[in-house]
Order: sequence, then structure tokens, then C-alpha cells
Amino acid sequence: MCSLALMGLPLGFVALLYSTQAISQTPTNPQTSAQAPVTAPATSGQTTGAAPAAPTPAHPAPSVGLNIVVLDPAHGGIDLGARGTEGIHESDVVLQFAAQVRRALEGQGFQVIQTRDGNENPSLDDRSARANAQRGAIFITLHIASTGLAGTVRTYVLPETPAVRDPSGLIPWDQAQAPFVALSRKLGDLVQAEFAKRFKGSPDTAQAAPVRQLRTTAAPAIAVEISSVSVEEREDLDRMIPGVAEAMAHGVAAFRPSYVVPAMPGTPLAAQP
Amino acid sequence: MSAKWRVWLGGILLAAVIGAALYFPALRRQVEKAKDLTEKTAEQARRELLPPAPVNSGEPRVKAKMFWGSTANDGTLMPVTVELPLSSDPTLRAKEILNTLLAGPVDPEARTLPPDAALLGFYILPDGTAVADFSETLASSIPSGIQSEQLAVDSIIRTLQANVPKVERLKILIHGQEVDTLAGHVDLTQTFQVNGLGSEPARPGVSDVLAAPIKKAIEKVKGARKQQ
Repeated sequence: MCSLALMGLPLGFVALLYSTQAISQTPTNPQTSAQAPVTAPATSGQTTGAAPAAPTPAHPAPSVGLNIVVLDPAHGGIDLGARGTEGIHESDVVLQFAAQVRRALEGQGFQVIQTRDGNENPSLDDRSARANAQRGAIFITLHIASTGLAGTVRTYVLPETPAVRDPSGLIPWDQAQAPFVALSRKLGDLVQAEFAKRFKGSPDTAQAAPVRQLRTTAAPAIAVEISSVSVEEREDLDRMIPGVAEAMAHGVAAFRPSYVVPAMPGTPLAAQP
Repeated sequence: MSAKWRVWLGGILLAAVIGAALYFPALRRQVEKAKDLTEKTAEQARRELLPPAPVNSGEPRVKAKMFWGSTANDGTLMPVTVELPLSSDPTLRAKEILNTLLAGPVDPEARTLPPDAALLGFYILPDGTAVADFSETLASSIPSGIQSEQLAVDSIIRTLQANVPKVERLKILIHGQEVDTLAGHVDLTQTFQVNGLGSEPARPGVSDVLAAPIKKAIEKVKGARKQQ
């Protein structure tokens, strides 16, 4: 029932989609998957041309709630990200944060998928694709800033944008986040509230910013940025790791009941928290 | 070998080790300085190719509101009023405003844009969409991070919003090219709403409508750069 070959789509719209027929057979339970039909990146020559192995439900997918967290340690490879004192590189430090965040999330019963475990540098689209290929997932990209008040943490979500639908009923890849912005805001506020409790000087709520990584993610998605690589000693950052991990696990767990998404992917949100 | 020679040899070796320990870090610093100098020279050469920024000393001095970073409140912008001789022509006015923004505030801590970044071109289309073309340094020298990149873009948008009402939307180019992000985080593929609808990014539908004029503007920027 899952059609991977889409005929008649405009140039640049590449397969890896559910057909509307398959979608219509997904359960109408509001606690169903957030997986939405998303077009692959228009630039099929990029690495994401091989992109998200979309689930291939031979049978209607079972009703699922939130059970997967796609965790994205930013940068990697030759992209070191922010560089600070004592040779601190963002690409290294985020991996350490991610390892502990992963354990904390798994402790809350979530399955965690990392976009990278080592010193690789997947493209931004490849990172989004890891989330877009899941059912019942959220996406968190993890950054260390080079600026900001040391010892604070900020959560970012995309600004409100109206969901845009291709005439075929598919969500364009480059606007994949649009239908999920309200859910992302809810998730971001819950996670940021946990940061505000633990890290003095952090904002109380999530902030809106046009973060490129979030735009192509078809799931509730947030960016978390920790300040900063400019700390005097590496230990200052290391001491933040347990608090960041605990805050993220608690925030995501608190979001679980709010994970109410469209019964039929690609349609307007049936219910908003 | 006698004990006396051994002592001498040991002493010479020790002196050589100490000398190397002192000399190599200094040598490394000199190499790094030379590298910086080369990069600055390249940037300087690029700037020298640019036409000088228009100076309108004959224009009346008016109060302009510049948005630089707040040193008191981390991660936010603060309006600063400065008197400038501003042109009544929106394009010239926008160039003067952005060059002042790039020049930076009195307190360097309040900078939102790298000191060596330059405005290479600025155009306003008939529908109110402006295209600002910045040097590569804007992307390469800005501190990496969501907060710093957002602050840079917001300072450009809010300063234009406060001083050039003609600009409704803004497209930011880097060295004549449309780029995915400023420095890995903030999305530059979109147009930013400047006047009329607040400072939120333009809605996707609007961006689609603007795609054709923006492409034309990008071509115009590229053409202008070739002529230079």
C-alpha cells in the first residue's frame, strides 16, 4: 500500500512518500503517528537523495504515541562548530552531552536514535531525514554556542508559519516543519521550563528563530543551545551535562501526553494541545 | 668518554632542549600571525575593489536608530540613536545605515556583526523587496551559534525597519550568492519581513511569489560584481 514511486510529480519532488491511499488507511486514533508524507529534498544530487528509508507498512500502521527521540549532535567531521578556549570544539562536546541525554531519555522509556555517534558530519537534510523516516518521533538538535551567558541554556523553535500543501497533498520538503510548529512550541516550552529551573539566567520559554535544521523536519522539533565554548575551563561545561540531560528527559516526558497529531498525515492538525 | 665530557655533552643537550622549548612556541605564534596577516590582506584587497561608500555630507543630519547588542541583557538588541547625514533616496539611505551598523557601536562588546564584514551591494525592487549583499567575512567571522547568528540578522532587519520604511522584505546574500545558512544555523534561504508585518520571516507563500523578482535581483548583483 505504500507507494514509493510517485508519477507525475513536479520536477524536484522525489519519491520516498506514502501514497495518499496508504495514508488514508492509517488509524484515525488521535494518538497516531506524526509521520507525514514529505517530499525529498529538491536537490536530489545531495546526499539526501538516498534519504529517509520511509517505513513500508504493508498493513495499516499500528497506533503509536511518542516513543522515539531523534537526537542530533550538531556539526562533526571537518565542521568543528564553535571553537573556544582550551581547544574546546563544539562538535566534540555535543557528543558527550548527547551520550548522557540519551541515557536519561532511555531511562524515561524512549528509544533514542542519534544522527551521528562519532566524528561524522551528515548534511542538514540527512539529519532531518532520520526523524522524517520515523513514526512517533520528535527531533532535538543539540548545540554549544560561542556566545551567551556561560552556564545558560536556550531552546529554539521555528517561528509560526502556515502549513503549505503541495497540490498533491504532500508537505514540501523545505517546509516540512510548518504543520508541526505549534507542537514544537509546546515541546520547546516544556523543555525550556526544565532548563530555567536548573540553569539560572536561562529564559523561561522557548524562543523563535529561523533555524535551518528545523525547517526540513516533519516532526515536533527543537534546537537546544548551551552557552558556551568560551568558558574558562572545560570542566564548567562538563558540570552542566547531568543537568541538561535530566532537564531534557523531564521536558520530553512531560510532552508525551501532548503528542496529539493529525489522524491523517498531510491534513491540518486535528487537535492542538 | 671521560666524566667531564659527559657532563659537557649533557649540559649542551639540556640547553638545546630548553632552547627548543622556548623557541618553538614563539615560532608557532609568528606563523599564526603571518597567516592572519595574509587573510587580512586578501580581505583588504577585496574591499579596495569596492566602490567607496557614498558620503552625503551635504545631506541634513537626522536621528537614526541603530540596533546593536545589549551589554546589560544577554542575547538581546538595544536601540541606539545616532545623528547621521542620511540621503532621502531609500537605496542610498539603506547603504548608509547598514555601513554605520557594520562600523559598530562605541562599545565593541555590543557589536552584532564582525568588524571586517562589508556591504558589497544593496538594491530595492519595485515591490519593496530589498537585496543586501555582504562580504564572505560576515559568514566566516561571525561567532558560531544560533544566538549570535540570529542577533546579527535581527540587528540588520530591525535597523532597516526603523530607518528605511521603503524596505518591506529583505533577502541576504553572501558575496553575491544565495546561501543556505549564515554560518551553519540561521536560515538565509528565505526573505525576512522588515516593514508591515513585523520582523518575522516571510511566510512561505510570500516567498514563492517573490522567488522570480529575487532571482532577477540576484542576477543583477552578480552582473554588478562582474563589472567591478
